[in-house]
Amino acid sequence: MELFNNANIALTDIPLVTAKEFRAEIIRRSRGEARLVNLFGALEPDGGVRLFAILGFDEEAVLQILSTKIPENYPQFESLARELFQAQAFEREIAEQWAITPQGHPWLKPLRRHPNYRGVTDIWQNASPGSSPAQYPFYSVDGEEVHEVGVGPVHAGIIEPGHFRFQCHGEEILHLEIQLGYQHRGMERLMCGQDLKRTALLSESIAGDTSIGHSIAFCEVAESLSGCVISARAQAIRAVGLELERLANHVGDLGALGLDAGFLPTSAYFGRMRGDYLNLLLTITGNRFGKGLCRPGGVLFDIDVAMAEDLLRKLKQYKKEFDQVSDLLFSRPSVLARFEGTGTISMKTAKKIGLVGPASRASQLERDVRINYPSGIWQFHHIPISLAATGDVYARAIVRRQEVTRSIEFLLKILPSLPKGELLTTLPAMKPETLAIAMVEGWRGEIMHIGITDHQGSFTRYKIKDPSFHNWFGLSLAVRNQDISDFPLCNKSFNLSYCGHDL
Amino acid sequence: MIMILSILCHWLIVLLLAPFFIGVIAKVKAFFSGKVGPSVFQPFFDLIKLFNKGAVYSKTTTWIFRAAPMVLLASVLILSLEIPLGVFKAPVQFSGDIFFLAYLLALARFFMIAAALDTGFSMEGMGASREAFFSCLSELALFMNFITLALLAHSLSLSHMIGADIPMSWSHVGPALLLIVASFFIVLLTENYRIPIDDPDTHLELTMIHEVMVLDHSGVDLAYVSYASAIKFLIFSGILVPIIIPFRTGDLVMDMLIFLGGMLGLAVCVGIVESSMARLRLNRVRNFLLIAFALAFFGFIVTMWRG
Repeated sequence: MELFNNANIALTDIPLVTAKEFRAEIIRRSRGEARLVNLFGALEPDGGVRLFAILGFDEEAVLQILSTKIPENYPQFESLARELFQAQAFEREIAEQWAITPQGHPWLKPLRRHPNYRGVTDIWQNASPGSSPAQYPFYSVDGEEVHEVGVGPVHAGIIEPGHFRFQCHGEEILHLEIQLGYQHRGMERLMCGQDLKRTALLSESIAGDTSIGHSIAFCEVAESLSGCVISARAQAIRAVGLELERLANHVGDLGALGLDAGFLPTSAYFGRMRGDYLNLLLTITGNRFGKGLCRPGGVLFDIDVAMAEDLLRKLKQYKKEFDQVSDLLFSRPSVLARFEGTGTISMKTAKKIGLVGPASRASQLERDVRINYPSGIWQFHHIPISLAATGDVYARAIVRRQEVTRSIEFLLKILPSLPKGELLTTLPAMKPETLAIAMVEGWRGEIMHIGITDHQGSFTRYKIKDPSFHNWFGLSLAVRNQDISDFPLCNKSFNLSYCGHDL
Repeated sequence: MIMILSILCHWLIVLLLAPFFIGVIAKVKAFFSGKVGPSVFQPFFDLIKLFNKGAVYSKTTTWIFRAAPMVLLASVLILSLEIPLGVFKAPVQFSGDIFFLAYLLALARFFMIAAALDTGFSMEGMGASREAFFSCLSELALFMNFITLALLAHSLSLSHMIGADIPMSWSHVGPALLLIVASFFIVLLTENYRIPIDDPDTHLELTMIHEVMVLDHSGVDLAYVSYASAIKFLIFSGILVPIIIPFRTGDLVMDMLIFLGGMLGLAVCVGIVESSMARLRLNRVRNFLLIAFALAFFGFIVTMWRG
């Protein structure tokens, strides 16, 4: 069954196949053009679990959805992960959420550490609520000169908690295992069965630095389910918010990359400039992280002519400043010596593990939701894709630089001629027993929200996928055979979300 | 009695001056980042704060962990007595005191490395291994420089090797001095854990060298370590500055001002270096230190060749 971004489909219309066909179809498609965009389970009224797989055909801008049923009395299926690497995290998530065993999974550990949603015994015998995510065995390497380094979950800097277990030979990293889950808040379940006014607020807190990205995805799911079409003006204002969020974060990341390489001046300048972009969001929404901008049915804040002019004037100035400071960063031989050839991910690996966002574009994969699956304003405005070929820290930095330039150009183009229209329309009731998909290119990459409604039209299952879900594994692979002292630099070049992953 | 007084006076000057130059470096770095930055006296406030705090000790550590900061501070304080500070002559000087200097440095380092290993923390172990490796290489360059200086000065005492007491000037042995200054500057950056070898401001445990070794020290112990680092910087710049400015005007006030100006200038230089380049990749540090050795070695050859 083929779908477009922002489409909805009645649950009964989704093809239901046997587990064997399900597996075969996913593998067959993924060997061709498709990639696995999502794989998740939803509880059926009879106690079984229905697995949904969503495959993305980036070239054709279509998504394929298929499903299979796992009966309550036989909670297992044959794992895809050995043949299809991208599936490994999804399968661990399914195993944890629904106590279903993916048979033959190469590294079956809980992703987050919480009791399963079915209320049955967990598939891990030693699981007890409240236990630490790091109590499961880690992959270890033996040898006389091999040593193990554990970092986190409490870090020296003010960052989110996560545990990193390195297997090192001297200064060289042989293997890195990342154990997250410390930030688990039960977001997916909180989104279900609530009033939309409340879920809208929750969606902004899925990942604090991607408030706008996630809230747009949520709004699009709700609008799709209720058949509401928002005005062009509301779509444009959402896009302005999304790009400002991208600008603030990319600029902040470039500064942080400089800092981790020990190059101080640009980190201070970029840090200040990040504040400038956040202040633009403040001007529009009254909140530096854009909270309260997007609501189902449209947006809550308008950009009037005077404000648009003010934004334009400031953006032109910021663009000049940004170019100067980036030139300073990218022209220093000592900085380039740190960036180039560090943490390389080849295009082949990136494809295999299903990277998304700037990290994938740095490995020359053309993955950008704004271009591949355009919705809203992106159907009319085309942003050129920013690619780099080398897949190293330098590539991830230069992709960010390019995207900043292009986002500013987009804003300069759209702000003087914002389309007319109503800001907020009232939302009709959501359709019962329907599934809706929304994809948004957040600053980290592909955000995907999926909502499934019950017979009364309220959410019974809400699936959130932050780009970090795909990309954390990329970081593990990027640091292989690198110096352990280069890990922070690699980490910053990905800059992934802990809470976006842990939900 | 006069000896004791002069030693106490020397220590007083060292203790008062040392944190000031660390403050100057921080100020320069702040300037290049477009910030106002903390006052140049901030290191004093930090030290006072630390001295007023209690220390926390891990149960896995032994007496070595507690002794190391004291050994370190005591070593650098004794060392500082060998360094002439402008018009104030070094209270301790004897033939061969450069070896005393090098071995006291090594003693302090040995205790710090042992203390880091004592914590049983994997990252402190890595820091210790890096410290041991890099100091090996920087000692090589340090000794090469001392050999050349000794040849020039025909003396094995530090006070005679540097400064204006000897017939040594840029016009006579300029090329050799230039090489020594360049090499010694690298040694100074390494021994004081500055960029491009180490980053004193980073919060990333995995990249640190010195900072990770002292992660477990707290309160008074940390104050000892920080004070010792500041004094170490003073010692190294106290050696380098008279090499760069090896002359005296004869006027006491003038000479002192020139010396202090030189020290200040050096701290500013270190700040500028830290602001204008990124840190080296860790596996390139050894090449950088070998450059320091090569420079020192060429200085030696140039000196030998001149006779």
